[in-house]
Amino acid sequence: MNILLFLLLFHAAMSLVFAVLPPNAFRNMLVRISAALIAAGSVCAAVVFNGHDQFFKVEFPYIDMFFFGGEMLLSLFLLYKCIGIKRREWYIPVLIIAQAGIMAYCELSGAMPKVENALYIDNFSVIMALIIGIVGSLICFYATSYMRDYHHHNPQMKDRQRSFFFILFFFLSAMFGVVFANNLAWLYLFWEITTLSSFILIGYPKTEEATRNAYLALGLNLLGGLGFAGGILYLVKFGGLHTVDLNQIITFGRINAGTLGKINSGVVLIPVVLICFAGLAKSAQMPFSSWLLGAMVAPTPVSALLHSSTMVKAGIFIIIKFAPVLQGTWAGYFLALVGGITFLLTSIIAVTQNNAKRVLAYSTIANLGLIVACAGVGTPQTLWAAVLLTIFHAVSKGLLFLGVGSIEHKIGSRDIEDMGGLIVNRPGLAVVMIVGILGMFLAPFGMLISKWACLEAFVNVKYTPLLAVLLAYGSAPTMFFWTKWMGKIVSVPGGTAKGEGRVPGDEWTALAVLAFATVATAALFPLISWASVAPYIAGLYHVESQAAAGLTQGNIIIMLILLGLMVVLPLGFLAYPKKPNYVARYLGGANIGENDSFVGAMGATQHATLRNYYLSGFFSEKKLTVAGIVLSILLIVTMFSAVKL
Amino acid sequence: MKTALWVVAWVVLAPFIGGLLAGVDRIITARMQSRVGPPVLQPFYDVLKLFGKRGNVVNAFQNFYMICFLVFVIVTGCLFFSGGDLLLTIFALAVAGVFFVLGAFSPNSPYSNIGAERELLQMMSYEPVLIIMAVGMFMVTKSWHVDAIAGFHQLLFAYLPGVFVAFLFVLTIKLRKSPFDLSMSHHGHQELVKGATTEFSGPALAVIEIAHWYENILLMGFVYLFFACNWIAAIAAVMVTYFIEIFIDNTFARLTWRFTVKSSWIVAGVFGVVNIFCVAFLIK
Repeated sequence: MNILLFLLLFHAAMSLVFAVLPPNAFRNMLVRISAALIAAGSVCAAVVFNGHDQFFKVEFPYIDMFFFGGEMLLSLFLLYKCIGIKRREWYIPVLIIAQAGIMAYCELSGAMPKVENALYIDNFSVIMALIIGIVGSLICFYATSYMRDYHHHNPQMKDRQRSFFFILFFFLSAMFGVVFANNLAWLYLFWEITTLSSFILIGYPKTEEATRNAYLALGLNLLGGLGFAGGILYLVKFGGLHTVDLNQIITFGRINAGTLGKINSGVVLIPVVLICFAGLAKSAQMPFSSWLLGAMVAPTPVSALLHSSTMVKAGIFIIIKFAPVLQGTWAGYFLALVGGITFLLTSIIAVTQNNAKRVLAYSTIANLGLIVACAGVGTPQTLWAAVLLTIFHAVSKGLLFLGVGSIEHKIGSRDIEDMGGLIVNRPGLAVVMIVGILGMFLAPFGMLISKWACLEAFVNVKYTPLLAVLLAYGSAPTMFFWTKWMGKIVSVPGGTAKGEGRVPGDEWTALAVLAFATVATAALFPLISWASVAPYIAGLYHVESQAAAGLTQGNIIIMLILLGLMVVLPLGFLAYPKKPNYVARYLGGANIGENDSFVGAMGATQHATLRNYYLSGFFSEKKLTVAGIVLSILLIVTMFSAVKL
Repeated sequence: MKTALWVVAWVVLAPFIGGLLAGVDRIITARMQSRVGPPVLQPFYDVLKLFGKRGNVVNAFQNFYMICFLVFVIVTGCLFFSGGDLLLTIFALAVAGVFFVLGAFSPNSPYSNIGAERELLQMMSYEPVLIIMAVGMFMVTKSWHVDAIAGFHQLLFAYLPGVFVAFLFVLTIKLRKSPFDLSMSHHGHQELVKGATTEFSGPALAVIEIAHWYENILLMGFVYLFFACNWIAAIAAVMVTYFIEIFIDNTFARLTWRFTVKSSWIVAGVFGVVNIFCVAFLIK
């Protein structure tokens, strides 16, 4: 209990300190210390609670009223923020008022049921806490030096680091709230705080673009939040469940699915689907994906945070949480299809992008789509894959964002085309990026392990192999865009930007730890599965722990051998002949000087420049996005109407 | 024990069979073009000669990737011939392919660079079909394991004719045959010179060639699986398939990458996906 309260409250308390401290060495040291403490705290929580699910009573007078007051205050604050909106953003205050109205109605009509155990912790919460505590802390670490350089690079921007770090820590605190809250009304407040925090962080640069994108993120997440509030309203006022106890709802949903058949399933399914709708918005699935792309305008640590350990992971968290209820239902199947379509389309769109951050954003949306697809299917195997995907994705994506941030500060560009020659100019950053990219798509690293498990599980889904087909088609462009990026990094051209100076120590710490974690999670995933994921799933579904694992033991061993090979092979590079016969590359003419110009036809000097393929004439970002939005809206509508099936 | 034998046979014999296949390929191709053609062992002479040559490089990294390519092709075959998981085999093959592409990217030469991009396009074209093939085989045999699929008592082809057609289509890409020899053609006199392998010479080129032989045998292994219930028929099917591929190679002009990606995705969709949907509804 104490550890839980520490995780919940420490960052919130520290955020107040950072709200007043000016950006100096003392502040930075304090950020590092508190980040390290939280990381340690989450590890403690893992050691103490893994395998020991517990519920906690919070006996504090008027605590529920306190949360209700918080919700109302938050709504008021958001309404106040609405003075900055444009005419076409009229829907934002409407959504705020609608949500606040629903919550006030639930509370003030006296119908809001009491929840005996307001907090809980189980293996999945532990995993999420580790992600938030460790990856989130590393990003805070990174942010200290990054923000200094950021304002150095953008002198026109007002230095508002105090509010930045205030929100950053408050955000992390709320994330712990999301994963520990058992009372849905509490969870709702934490949920809205993450919406608010990301709104403020995205708008940090205070440019017109940033402001508009921040409002877009706010609007879409409020739409999701309305679903959440609707779910609570349904639980409280209709349907007859009369509880907002998260784990009771899940248990009831399981029993319901098992014994009562589908007769009464709407009672649980309607609120669950409504809340999953909120999860879709938060995890930036189509049709909501635009907010996450717009969020790119924010400083890199914000992107890293939104993509790896907070925000989108909150959406995924709630959907995974409800997966057992969704198992075998049509609503769950259509939810899975929303994820599957998102995976396919955004993977293809990512091919057309040359802005590194946008590639990463699309890849995040795609991978979250896969997680949603797994959770929507909701069998033990897919759930196993979903949880592991969440872990692997958090680590690799955090690494990649921070890597791109450091590269951007050094070479002055986030365009993939400018990353040519990174392997010779900045080998450290290049290796970090390659590890991150490998982690995202290639055997035997993390994401592929889960993708494989997904595929094997999708084929066994009772309706059709449609999800497996979506996965098959979506994986191909994934390979395309990652490999060509990696190709750019490993290519060795002459005359590319190297940039001045070294990467700051704080940034290196974060990068090195995450790179190590990317390899380590791939190497230790059997351990993670055995100690945490499999027991969690076994407990939920009342199956043997063995059956809960998505991969057989033999395959796990082969994966480890492959990983060993991947680690050992680069060592062979040391045995390379010291003095190979270097020749100039072939340019179809006589080479001149630095190996990148040649004498072409008619004796003219030609400069050879190379660019990657983006196939933008072949795949249109716009058309695919529109198609995705239309399809996903149709699927979501079908999902809602399939609740009664 | 049997597994170990298979693995050893793969590692030791596959390059010889693959080289012979390449030799036969060249003779048949020559006959189709009314030439006599080289002796059947010519591919071996070529590779031995390459090993004797001095290896020139543009940078220190490039050959490293090609050795990784070879290693992973061999590992892939070990997984396949030891009866391992078919999906994992396909993923491992992709790893090998990625190393090949990285090797082609590394010298940053225009020709090999475009070759690398096109190789990636080719990979993007065939990857869905390979996965759909594995999915289809699982749905019929209820196993992901190659040994169980090979030991399936009925003719797999009878269940998966559409998947086989789709596979045949991308097999042309994978065997680097015209009309899909976009990334590196063995004819060095065209717009891309030698494409992805332009900057490789001597032993490195020999390594690439050997890896290619290995790969071809592995692909023939995939074909074998469709007919595995009767090994004589299966070997005959493999031979016929390869002959068809040679025939296609000699009768089609090279097509564009647009056509390659589009057509292989469509063929995979029309034949492969429809086929596995039928299987899903009929076998339950």
